[in-house]
Amino acid sequence: MSKCRSCGEPAVIDLPRHNANFCSEHFIQLCRRQLSKAISDFDMLKPEDRVLVAVSGGKDSLALWDMLVEEGYQADGLYIGLGIGEYSDESGAITRKFAADRQLKLIEIDIRDEHGFDIPTAAGVTGRSPCSACGLSKRHIFDEVAKREGYDVLATGHNLDDEAAVLFGNTLRWDVEYLRRQAPVLSAGSGFGKKVKPLVRLTEREMAAWCVVRGIDYVVEECPMALGNKHLAYKDALNALDATSPGTKASFYLGFLDRMRPVLEQSAAIDAPSSCPTCGAPAATADQACAFCRLVDSASGHEPIPVRMVLNKKARKMFDAQWGSQDGN
Amino acid sequence: MIVRLRQPSREVEVRGDRPARAILLELGFAPEAYIVICNGTLVPSDTILREPDSVELRPVISGG
Repeated sequence: MSKCRSCGEPAVIDLPRHNANFCSEHFIQLCRRQLSKAISDFDMLKPEDRVLVAVSGGKDSLALWDMLVEEGYQADGLYIGLGIGEYSDESGAITRKFAADRQLKLIEIDIRDEHGFDIPTAAGVTGRSPCSACGLSKRHIFDEVAKREGYDVLATGHNLDDEAAVLFGNTLRWDVEYLRRQAPVLSAGSGFGKKVKPLVRLTEREMAAWCVVRGIDYVVEECPMALGNKHLAYKDALNALDATSPGTKASFYLGFLDRMRPVLEQSAAIDAPSSCPTCGAPAATADQACAFCRLVDSASGHEPIPVRMVLNKKARKMFDAQWGSQDGN
Repeated sequence: MIVRLRQPSREVEVRGDRPARAILLELGFAPEAYIVICNGTLVPSDTILREPDSVELRPVISGG
């Protein structure tokens, strides 16, 4: 049986990138150290900050909320009901239970109640990919609620795998503008609040393990709208590299932050955005509504479109295997 | 032995008395993308799994 590198007790997890195994106590300690290092290296949070954690019911956001509360931060949760059929029902129930069990404050926003559409409908009506419509809506609502409720910082559960996959995609396309914007902290300014990603030094596997060790119930099944997306393919590719050379994924992303970001920061600054004439949020031009308001305009009030109807053939097959062939709404 | 899988949730029968890592590879799963839960406890992937262990091989990758 594997032994913990720190104490010699039976291990609960092997971490090839650290070339070591850890017992539950020392694994938790390692995760806390990585979280604290990210927070301090990138000046993410001050002890007195009011933090709003974007929670989805998945492992990363619930682990992040748990970790920040354990570290003594004043952290409340924000859950957005996206209207993705049974998946949203389950993730909402799990998030509510997590908050209630720990007596934490949870703010809930139902996107259909507040904005008159849901994600499958937005994707179906506009022709945007579901993940794009979802990301756009979440970013807008996160900003809006953090501002309205007076939070200092919005924290999201993006982990090292998420960031490495985004970096991989941006690099494959040599998208310099996106590469320049890819940072673990986005400072407040130009109408945006401060946003931080405290899990950037921790992998997806470590976050799943954190939840199991800490007894956190989370949504294990994949979002039906994300099945087969490009982001997952990038993660598979990076994991294949890591299997032959452990630590490749971490050094790809952390090396980017350490050595490439300073170079990109020296290049031309992004123009300050204008304000959306409809909602006041940052927009590309002053004479046109922001992307979210344009999405609301197209999708709001439209007859709801079932999840299954907006999936491609491959994703629909995976959806049927997971959720049955009913429409899921 | 019966092993629980996810995405989608299902059960498969595999040969036991082997490390979890060998079972993951046989099923075509990347060990870096899974955690192993044996009898309700997290275990390293070199743990030998055998009857009557209750085993879940849980994927950790999400696409959001």
